[in-house]
Amino acid sequence: MRKTLLPPLIPLVFFTLTAELLVREGFVRAYLVPAPSAVVRAMIDSRVELVQALLSTSAGALAGFVMSALLGIASAVILSSSRGVQRAFYPYAIFFQTVPLIAVAPLLVIWFGFGIRTVIASAFVASVFPVIANTLSGILSTDPSLRDLFKLYGASPLVTLFKLRLPAALPQVFTGLRVSAGLAVIGAIVGEFIAGGGLGSVVEIARTQQRIDKVSAAVLLASLLGLGLFGLINLLSYLMLRRWHASEQAE
Amino acid sequence: MTTTISGGVAVYLEGVRRVFDNQRAVIAGMDLRIEAGEFLAVLGPSGCGKSTLLRMIARLSAPNAGQIRLEPDAERFQTAFVFQDAHLLPWRNVLANAALPLELMGEAKARRDEKARAALEQVGLLDALERYPAELSGGMRMRVSLARALVTEPRLLLLDEPFAALDEITRFHLDVQLRDLWQRRGMTVIFVTHSVSEAAFLANRAVVLGRRGGDIKLDRRLELPAVRSNDLRGDPRLGQEMKILLGAIEE
Repeated sequence: MRKTLLPPLIPLVFFTLTAELLVREGFVRAYLVPAPSAVVRAMIDSRVELVQALLSTSAGALAGFVMSALLGIASAVILSSSRGVQRAFYPYAIFFQTVPLIAVAPLLVIWFGFGIRTVIASAFVASVFPVIANTLSGILSTDPSLRDLFKLYGASPLVTLFKLRLPAALPQVFTGLRVSAGLAVIGAIVGEFIAGGGLGSVVEIARTQQRIDKVSAAVLLASLLGLGLFGLINLLSYLMLRRWHASEQAE
Repeated sequence: MTTTISGGVAVYLEGVRRVFDNQRAVIAGMDLRIEAGEFLAVLGPSGCGKSTLLRMIARLSAPNAGQIRLEPDAERFQTAFVFQDAHLLPWRNVLANAALPLELMGEAKARRDEKARAALEQVGLLDALERYPAELSGGMRMRVSLARALVTEPRLLLLDEPFAALDEITRFHLDVQLRDLWQRRGMTVIFVTHSVSEAAFLANRAVVLGRRGGDIKLDRRLELPAVRSNDLRGDPRLGQEMKILLGAIEE
């Protein structure tokens, strides 16, 4: 535990103390970069508002992420069914990767209205592609000898999918989910900028009030939310892969 | 220990031709009769069509011309295949890996576990049932692979350089074990290898393929004792057989 926590804590403490010192001594203007102590103070002062906003953003990001995971894996399975299907539909999947989310968000508001539905849709659009791309790559790189083995014993394509191709793709699925987790939070915040609610709104309002301490507090919470989601996926990955995949085995 | 030759199937190849996409004939019109219960070693340089031949006999790929007949051909799943590497499912423990073919064939869990235990007992792995492939040595993994092939009580066992990646001591040990299993079960075995010494030690008959088109350069019945232990490795008769096989390869 100490080995895991200590290395990232050292730079955190170092940069926090340095920022505090630089602001207090006047090397950096407080209206450009808030002192870490001011951010903590803003967090305490606005705790009710921030916690409510955090819960709302968490709900949107989590729902969008779960949708990305389910629909992303399902899409990859469909895309893996034949080269023809892949050639026909994969370019449209790439759309999710290349679409400028901030430009699409107003469209999402028109389709889904103000509030959580647009936030979820925005989180989904931002986070689905890594799941599709990684799962597809995992499914397509199934060991050919194992595919032969399944064929030898008369396994149907569905049995091969569930007993071989998907389990074999799990490490890559988790890689996709890790990337997707952070993107889901980004997508949710972008959605909230346009559709309102959550930390996105807190940032937007605090910005107009020039409350940089509160903006930073909300940004910090959004980052922590992404980190939490990432940690959750890491835990799940560890529980599912620790017995058999090198990525989750202790040195 | 007695030799039984009643449990195998005969394999007849008539004018078998296999052409790859680049129009190169890997096997150009091969005729070969393998009698029931025979232990045949197939030798030859890389790219001479040894593995292609094995895959066609296993019906994992079809010849472009000619035919391959198994006699009798009444049962489904009478063929088992052992690959160059163990190719186990890393997310399954030893017992579940050995039971996989029966699972794919739709056998009930209690019955398949019982049969898998029996197969693992034959390769001396009863004490490793709960272990995962990542926790096994290369030799143990290959023995699981062998047990997985034997679990269906095949009448035809195809092995594609199964021990090539193992150290010499483990290979010697597995050679004796395989020969012993063949004698007890009486199945037909076709063993593809690069190793002249392994072919001479294991097989009753050896076929040497030429570099081009899978032509048969030598088809020889090996004049060695039926029961083979590691003591045979120093026997001049084995050396003589190796010399003949090597001569045909180098011709």
